[in-house]
Amino acid sequence: MRPETEEALAQMIVSADGPLRIVGGGTRPIGRSVGAALSLAGMAGITLYEPGALTLVAKAGTPLAEVQTRLAAENQRLAFEPMDHRALLSTSGEPTIGGMVAANVSGPRRIAVGACRDFMLGVRFVDGAGHIIKNGGRVMKNVTGYDLVKLLTGSYGTLGVLTEVSLKVLPDVETQATLVLDGLDDATAVAAMAAAMSSPFEVTGAAHDPAAGRTLLRLEGFAASVAYRAQALAGVLAPFGTVTVLDDPAQGAAIWAAIRDVTAFAGQEGDVWRLSVKASDAPALVAKAGARAAIYDWAGGLVWLLTDGDLRARLGDFAGHATLIRGQADVPVFQPEPAPVAALSAGLRAKFDPRGIFNPGMMG
Amino acid sequence: MQMPLPNAGVLSRKDQIVARLTAVLPPDALMSDIAETRAYECDALTAYRCPPLAVVLPSTTAEVAAVLKVCHELGVPVVPRGSGTSLAGGALPTADCVILGVARMTQVIETNYPDRYIRVQTGRTNLSVTGAVEADGFFYAPDPSSQLACAIAGNIAMNSGGAHCLKYGVTTNNLLGVTLVTMDGTVMEIGGAHMDAGGLDLLGVICGSEGQLGVVTEATLRILPKPEGARPVLMGYDSSEVAGQVVTDIIKAGILPVAIEFMDRPCIEATEAFAHAGYPICEALLIVEVEGSPAEIDAQLALIMDIARNHKPVELREAKDAAEAGRIWLGRKSAFGAMGQINDYMCLDGTIPVSALPYVLRRIGEMSKEYGLAVGNVFHAGDGNMHPLILFDANKPGDLELCEAFGADILRLCVEVGGCLTGEHGVGIEKRDLMHVQFAPADLEAQMAVKDVFDPAWLLNAAKVFPLDSSAPRRAA
Repeated sequence: MRPETEEALAQMIVSADGPLRIVGGGTRPIGRSVGAALSLAGMAGITLYEPGALTLVAKAGTPLAEVQTRLAAENQRLAFEPMDHRALLSTSGEPTIGGMVAANVSGPRRIAVGACRDFMLGVRFVDGAGHIIKNGGRVMKNVTGYDLVKLLTGSYGTLGVLTEVSLKVLPDVETQATLVLDGLDDATAVAAMAAAMSSPFEVTGAAHDPAAGRTLLRLEGFAASVAYRAQALAGVLAPFGTVTVLDDPAQGAAIWAAIRDVTAFAGQEGDVWRLSVKASDAPALVAKAGARAAIYDWAGGLVWLLTDGDLRARLGDFAGHATLIRGQADVPVFQPEPAPVAALSAGLRAKFDPRGIFNPGMMG
Repeated sequence: MQMPLPNAGVLSRKDQIVARLTAVLPPDALMSDIAETRAYECDALTAYRCPPLAVVLPSTTAEVAAVLKVCHELGVPVVPRGSGTSLAGGALPTADCVILGVARMTQVIETNYPDRYIRVQTGRTNLSVTGAVEADGFFYAPDPSSQLACAIAGNIAMNSGGAHCLKYGVTTNNLLGVTLVTMDGTVMEIGGAHMDAGGLDLLGVICGSEGQLGVVTEATLRILPKPEGARPVLMGYDSSEVAGQVVTDIIKAGILPVAIEFMDRPCIEATEAFAHAGYPICEALLIVEVEGSPAEIDAQLALIMDIARNHKPVELREAKDAAEAGRIWLGRKSAFGAMGQINDYMCLDGTIPVSALPYVLRRIGEMSKEYGLAVGNVFHAGDGNMHPLILFDANKPGDLELCEAFGADILRLCVEVGGCLTGEHGVGIEKRDLMHVQFAPADLEAQMAVKDVFDPAWLLNAAKVFPLDSSAPRRAA
């Protein structure tokens, strides 16, 4: 199925006699969805872009690359730095903006500016009864009615099929620099990243790669400002070790793209888990995980783990959640929720998708 | 403004309800005498008043849960209340309701600097959240104008913004987790100190749900290190089109100021007469503030001043020190008070695409003449959030109604140009009956379906947000 209009999509949903597997670019096969493929590729194109208002509206099937090219021409960008899952998940094809929103995909800069959901201004979608629904809009401040925009973002297609999304965009930066600390253990690295994030120097990336023995902190902005802050931040980090400053923007871009896309785990044997926790809890949890490898992003708030078996059983009760992004472990892909929360989530799914046909088995 | 008829059955059982609530609360936490409940008859939308059946002021999540459980069992409507500063009537009682105020829940539960969050009870005021961490160099970013008085509970209910959200976002972007008590008394944790949702983003829909989904008793809030410094520049122009172009050029130049504030001539004149801030009397005044180290501020302001000069300002003034910065902000911060000196006023907060600013201001000017009511505009120009202040005389029969009709026309205009009814104040009762202008029936059904899940009996703040005709079948069920 490949609808080209909302009306055609609504009709297909109404007449569907079984589960639907909703597909954007097909580059992020997270979760175990079954059913007939419903592709959004036929609903593509940027419908509005106002650089002066920092606003972009695009149909769900629009290739992300097209959006990024258009933004770059105006020296703007998607500030939440969406991850490209293709290397990690061995997929091909073109990621779409709808898929990015459905999975709330963000990257290292999330620690400073917020996630995809924080940049979402509006959605149009079709629910399980075939109703065409809009929420939010194209303006930056909007509290008119409930925020279904956030509810739909990261719902992995289980509440509705996104047809159009509007986003806040931000100016791109003149340059960047990355400060590197070598050889820190995980706990010291998390402490160093916390010190950096607690400084006023506007760190926009804080990652730690234990295998490489490197702790990375990114600064971005106008050249003079980056140079000033690099010096000031090096002072803050001095108690943790010797600081090297990499100020070649191309080198920095490559380093952060690798962190963003978790390329270190690409092609490696084992399941890939995404752990979202309180940063200071991360080192102890990583120790419990007994993983083959770990990568810390978001100053430790996000940990990627390469491991086998039931990670959650090894972690025990912890604050946060673990999602199985790639792998075979015979466990729920998404973290099971406490009963009262699970009841609300199930209730919402039953309202928005009463026949349970959207990506069944994905999240709930 | 129409409100539903109070439930006669509930009114007739007042004694029983009060007795049941008294049994689950400490001695001084319930008021049912009209002499006391009258203090809760309205919020900051003072044109509408109605004393509630009773008022409860619990101190703990357990007490909140106990109150809700009793009300749920007895079918009693509940209206949650933070500090009562809503401009939209979000905390307006009905005669058959229990007001559940969180004013006594003001504790800081945990402060965590390495992970940069604070956990508070939600009766705590916005400014006192920053107050709890500023000595250590941190702050809580959302800064609504009422921040001295408004409670975090209300900020979460309305997803409050402020002057600095161009850079820092609004409440929803700074909220990590909540303790939520649903109408049946169930207590649950949504989110926490981690950064994203493991399943559906329930936190995202709870924030801004105007107290209709549950009562938030505790909140985990993101705190940020204070910037090294901040300084504003003031510029005046002889047309709002040119001022709008300056804003666009600043944003397109890759500068992200923390605030861009706009005032029009009526507002400047009123403010000058009241606060004597030394503003130029012109068609459009902008205050642009940037943050960073002194050198970074100098560099950013130099870029901004260049852009400003290219558009031939009638005035251009850079703050060299804190005293000058204070004078530049003085007028803006006094604007509402200044307008209030002239007359009663109604403050709207529709949002528009920034590009529509000149057209919208011109139309508001024309409508002002048609209605015969003066209006001044203060505007968060970076994010398109307007604040038209319509002046009227509350003592003159018919003037309030005329003002409301004018306000409704302005909000229709905001929607027509691609914007929305409310950017940061919320719908409450004030914009409730205009929701049809922005939303189709299916859009409202989808939102009401969320309330069906959280509050199936529609007991929580049910006469707000949705047009009464839309919500009637559910409220009667």
